[in-house]
Amino acid sequence: MTRHLRYLVPLAIFALLVAFLFRGLSLDPKLVPSPLVGKPVPAFTLTRLDNPDVTISDADFKGKVSLLNVWATWCVSCRREHEVLVQLAQTGQVDIYGLNYKDNRAEANRWLSQLGNPYIANAFDSDGRVGIDWGVYGAPETFIIDREGIIRHKHIGPLTIEILNDEILPLVTKLKS
Amino acid sequence: MSPLKPLFPILLLSLVMVASPLPAAVTLESFTFPTVAEKQHFKDLIGQLRCLVCQNETLADSDADLAHDLRAEVYEMMTSGKSDQEVIDFLVNRYGDFVLYKPPVKPSTYLIWYGPFVLLVIAALLLLRAVGRQRQVQEPAISAEDSKRLERLLGDDTGKGKQG
Repeated sequence: MTRHLRYLVPLAIFALLVAFLFRGLSLDPKLVPSPLVGKPVPAFTLTRLDNPDVTISDADFKGKVSLLNVWATWCVSCRREHEVLVQLAQTGQVDIYGLNYKDNRAEANRWLSQLGNPYIANAFDSDGRVGIDWGVYGAPETFIIDREGIIRHKHIGPLTIEILNDEILPLVTKLKS
Repeated sequence: MSPLKPLFPILLLSLVMVASPLPAAVTLESFTFPTVAEKQHFKDLIGQLRCLVCQNETLADSDADLAHDLRAEVYEMMTSGKSDQEVIDFLVNRYGDFVLYKPPVKPSTYLIWYGPFVLLVIAALLLLRAVGRQRQVQEPAISAEDSKRLERLLGDDTGKGKQG
């Protein structure tokens, strides 16, 4: 028995090491899990992108399942993502809010009129302070928020049709039911 | 023509490279502190924090846009009298433990904190066992006949063996 252990124990340790390293291959260190998942949306009040006289705040997220998409006109992959958001908005499955992050108001409004506006409303975060409260570190980022205003999920990076179907919409449907 | 002449541009270039200072710690200039100690304190604090955009850089070293913003945030908190722990909590609440270069001791990090010591203990136990086993091997029982033969051989050896 001990004779077998001599070979089995190192083999088991090696197998464990391989398992860990193999898992590591498919992990992206750029994706940092957000401590905000499971917590209420951070309190904020900002002006609307399309109207500096009207404000939008964390209270707007209460009572319905919604997405908050962090974007900017300087963000290259946001442009790639935008089409997907427009398509999602057309299906009417979920309300999409936008956080326009460290951007220029005129340019952002031009972007929306040219490429289509999938957002219910956009909050204009010119200095990025609200972005910091949301733990934003690289646009685009998308949060899923439930009826109670609790953040349920954060997706970092551009949304694609596949991500919508595999990751976002199943959770939205679950939160709605 | 001096044989060194072709090398001249290279020598000149290396001189320039040696002389040029390293990129200055990006932004400390824009923050003012009443005392040198406070400036050092600020540097020390942002030196412990990770920039999330360039993950191998500290908040002190990074030139990423977010790092600029977070440095300003930390500066503001410090000058308004917040403690280091309050600044660190602020960042951890938003970005997670990942902003800390030194991970906190908690159940999910026990393995990285205590794992090496566990391995050390296991290695020490294995070593002790191996040594103990060797000692046993070193004291074999010899029969009376063998020990007589050994004595004879050793006795024989004295004086003669040296000739090799």
